Amino acid sequence: MTWHRKHLLDLQSLRAEEIVHLLDTAREFKAVGERSIKKVPALRGKTVVNLFVEPSTRTRISFELAALRLSADVINFSAEASSLKKGETLKDTARNLEALNADIIILRHGSSGAPHFLSRFLGAHVLNAGDGAHEHPTQGLLDVFTIREKKGRVEGLNVTILGDILYSRVARSNLWALSKLGAHVTLCGPPTLVPKAFEAFAPNVRVTWNVEEALRGADVINLLRIQHERQKASMFPSTGEYAALFGLNQSRMALVKPDALIMHPGPINRGVEIASAIADGPQSVILEQVTNGLAVRMAALYLVHGGRSLQVAG
Amino acid sequence: MTTPLLDAPSLRRTLERMAREIAGADPRPDLPVLVGIQRGGVAVARRLAAELAMIVGREVPCGTLDVTFYRDDLDRRAAPTVHPTEIPGDIQGRRVVLVDDVFFTGRTIRAAMDALHEFGRPSRVQLAVVIDRGHRQLPIRPDVVGHEVTTNLGQSVLVRCSEGGDGDDDGVFLREAPANAAPKDPVTSEFLSHAS
Repeated sequence: MTWHRKHLLDLQSLRAEEIVHLLDTAREFKAVGERSIKKVPALRGKTVVNLFVEPSTRTRISFELAALRLSADVINFSAEASSLKKGETLKDTARNLEALNADIIILRHGSSGAPHFLSRFLGAHVLNAGDGAHEHPTQGLLDVFTIREKKGRVEGLNVTILGDILYSRVARSNLWALSKLGAHVTLCGPPTLVPKAFEAFAPNVRVTWNVEEALRGADVINLLRIQHERQKASMFPSTGEYAALFGLNQSRMALVKPDALIMHPGPINRGVEIASAIADGPQSVILEQVTNGLAVRMAALYLVHGGRSLQVAG
Repeated sequence: MTTPLLDAPSLRRTLERMAREIAGADPRPDLPVLVGIQRGGVAVARRLAAELAMIVGREVPCGTLDVTFYRDDLDRRAAPTVHPTEIPGDIQGRRVVLVDDVFFTGRTIRAAMDALHEFGRPSRVQLAVVIDRGHRQLPIRPDVVGHEVTTNLGQSVLVRCSEGGDGDDDGVFLREAPANAAPKDPVTSEFLSHAS
């Protein structure tokens, strides 16, 4: 297939074959990362702007390195040190960056829909690096990439996502990618953070508040961090209680299949959602997720750069 | 309309002769690494490596090279599908023979030389192609040629080559574009033969 999308805004609107094409492309970029010269000239002479209105380190450096390995020039723009603090609107900031001939704008923003908003008036390509509690498409893609690489497939696998689902854009992007590719998804966590309404996402999604039930039989367990910064009220009594009731510890590990993958998008809170020994254990693929994230972001930048607006592509 | 240029036995004889030319007079001190350009050059390279192995009496390393990231038209088109690059061992100081099915504008080979040099500095790089169809746009010329064919820009050349050499429909074919087709840009069509 040929990729025609000009932007990567969410996984909800992607077809399964587009997701697979992106994952296949990422596999070749992963091979580039294993060479002694890790750089290719695919985006030579292009300007990529990391527009991070909401702070982030790991996603920003992953995107930055991805763009550098494609030979693009990269500008990092963070809200703390910018004109946004002086009252400039997001639209004006983006237009100013475009006036510097930016070709691709990677946006991280606290408000859901901010990348979609930019894409409506910018000539540049827009990549969503996380918008509010809405989506984090490259995180969803790198999680599915890791599962596919380790398990050889996604279809038919039982994937449990455990933690803060309500405020998690990672959970939403994972849900879209996994359900489109035919995995069975179980969502688990405290009832205040895992609403039953999530079962309406797709037919192969179920919600349980029983952690033992969620762990038993899972081929993949993706642990999500509690998004303290996005919660307006206290959604559970304490992190200690969360760890006791929902944390992945040694005694719960006994329920987990010996070949199940343990995943976490980072940053991990050792002793809260995951015990230290499990995070560093043989079933953990947490650091491989970081490596794969770079390959997936290179693939996303490469494909989106070749895309034109839908009106032109027809 | 499709016209056959070479049938399966003629293609086999062509590849045998090309392998002898690659081997040269005294192949032993200078065993080459064959690298097939994705996608049409891959099967041809594997066939040549097998023929060459019979001549020199030992295995000939054979890899694949995807030139996508080094193309000069990435700005002007949708992102092409990327195929695996697998360079066998270290090419530093060795003779490398780039292998492709059809030689046309030379732009693919320009990209291939850039891509290859990311893996090391070969002592010598040669180019072997089954068909040289003319219309060069760069100062690049193949060292080993199966056949030269005179073509016009509206035509396309198809090399069908099974890796084992046992395909009944192996051969080389010349295809005419439909009469109402728009005139082709040779730059785009050169690379199109390397896209999926």
